[in-house]
Amino acid sequence: MLEHLLEVNNLEVRFKTYGGEVQAVRDVSFHVDKGEILAIVGESGSGKSVTVQSIMGLIPTPPGKIKNGEVLLEGQDLLKLSKREMQKVKGSKISMVFQDPMTSLNPTMKVGKQITESITAHQDIKGQEAKERAIEMIRLVGISNPAERYNQYPHEFSGGMRQRIMIAIALACHPQVLLADEPTTALDVTIQAQVLDLMKNLRDELDTSIILITHDLGVVAETAERVAVMYGGMIVESAPVNELFNNPKHPYTWGLLESIPDIHAADKKRLVPIDGAPPDLFSPPKGCPFAPRCKYAMDVCVEEMPPAFSIEQGHEAKCWLNDSRTPALQELAAGREQL
Amino acid sequence: MYIVKRLLTMLLTIWVIASLTFLIMKFIPGDPFASDADVLPEEVLQNMRAKYNLDEPIAVQYVLYMKDLVTFDLGYSIQSETRSVNSIIADGAPASALLGLQAMVVALIFGLLLGIVAALNQNKALDYVSMFIAIIGISVPSFILAPLLIKYFAVEWGMLPVASWGTWQHSILPTLALAATPLAVIARFMRSSMLEVTNQNYIKTADAKGLSKSKLVIRHGIRNAILPVISFIGPLFVSLITGTFVIEKIFAIPGIGRYFVDSIFNRDYPVIMGTTIFFSTLLVLTLFIIDISYRYIDPRIKLTSGGE
Repeated sequence: MLEHLLEVNNLEVRFKTYGGEVQAVRDVSFHVDKGEILAIVGESGSGKSVTVQSIMGLIPTPPGKIKNGEVLLEGQDLLKLSKREMQKVKGSKISMVFQDPMTSLNPTMKVGKQITESITAHQDIKGQEAKERAIEMIRLVGISNPAERYNQYPHEFSGGMRQRIMIAIALACHPQVLLADEPTTALDVTIQAQVLDLMKNLRDELDTSIILITHDLGVVAETAERVAVMYGGMIVESAPVNELFNNPKHPYTWGLLESIPDIHAADKKRLVPIDGAPPDLFSPPKGCPFAPRCKYAMDVCVEEMPPAFSIEQGHEAKCWLNDSRTPALQELAAGREQL
Repeated sequence: MYIVKRLLTMLLTIWVIASLTFLIMKFIPGDPFASDADVLPEEVLQNMRAKYNLDEPIAVQYVLYMKDLVTFDLGYSIQSETRSVNSIIADGAPASALLGLQAMVVALIFGLLLGIVAALNQNKALDYVSMFIAIIGISVPSFILAPLLIKYFAVEWGMLPVASWGTWQHSILPTLALAATPLAVIARFMRSSMLEVTNQNYIKTADAKGLSKSKLVIRHGIRNAILPVISFIGPLFVSLITGTFVIEKIFAIPGIGRYFVDSIFNRDYPVIMGTTIFFSTLLVLTLFIIDISYRYIDPRIKLTSGGE
């Protein structure tokens, strides 16, 4: 089997709080190949951000703790690296774009300097040469007058422009993997599309793999090649993007797809919410985390954690409905209504 | 343009302060010759009042004083007739200024250091030690700290000289006594500012770049955390000025503070006015310099008359 560029295996992250220990990420495994865009979808608190921040070693410890698992970049386990070794990986091999461009840039440093800083930290380039590289990066992310913009401060940029600068910083050292933590959430829709296009183009140009975190299935459909759906700190379903939209195999994914508003719908249709609240990660249920909200939940769902059922090549779903012994959905739904 | 406007406002501020001081001063009961009233005949008192225009209505006195003030003539002390207020200030200012400046520098450097060390070691031993020192600095007033310093460093251990002024060794204890409170306040201020900055998103961005810890702390942390502390230098300056009155008295330092306090007791009108105007000018100038320097420290602030 071919080795993946980045592979996360059985990752478990916990946070100690006054109220107890939060099991933010539970046994999460996924991988990205070279040049691939993987989207991680999930609602707030499902553990998506914690997952990618653990890859970068950005989880504050304490209170955070990576309890278990490995993060393999070209076969090397990043979780075993010392702080100093990790410093060399951060920003050069893996880099990150954050959610809120308004607060993610240092307000008292020229944006150009914030880019060169990343270059000089990892490469043997100094002074004028680093500056030229930074200006080139500003041009690459589609900002006009890059030489002038180099000397400006973040407050002189709009939100979308700042996110472009963030991308320029992240890509300055041509990393192998770019982690984008909801990079378009804080931007308005037209700018969102621009930023996503930019990321896709840069991927084509620089052959960077991208892990895109989002809660927006529209963004997923537009950008990603593969999708992992997270719920309650676990990946509940993962599939190639078309497969996920056409043949979803987890009730939570169904719920997500049903709750997308459709601007073209002929008749007025109410959006279908997913009833109930996400699981309490202080003491997660021993069975499927989605069972309490699931229309089709069976006894086994509450009792036992579903394994990852392989649906097709590259498509897995952690749901008992995919077991061959499970009755048909209609029966299950009917049985529930009688109760 | 902004600077011109600011300079004009400064003049206006000083004029308002001078006018208010003049009025309040005149409303204090008694006059410079109250203590001589029993001894001297009424005619002599009349003459003396006339000499200082004290027999005129207050409005006329005010106009006369302002006329002189415009030409930087602060008049003569009533208490010691031979000395002009200008020469009193010129005599006392160097010692006061040296003491004040030294205390300011000490308070800033060590206050910032203490705050940074505390923040970087949040909830660890160094943090508790730093904040313990800060609490002591804030809660022990300088008029208690000063005698304690004298008792131990000068009297018991004989390490440092006191009760005169001249060499740099003489200035160590008064500087310490004066700097303690502002130092502590700055330390606490810097600690909380630094902690706040540490939680900012841009620190995470910088961390994700793979910068070294020192670059992270200095370039991204301290640089931003220090901004709110700079605006504190103004009030710090005020507390140093009021502090010098006490410290100069305790350490017998020939500064202006002494004249300022004595002049009020003696109703020595020209000296009260002169020293007040001197101190307020200093304060207004300091605030002005802080404002201007902000332009260079925080790029988000532009010096425009219309505001941001």
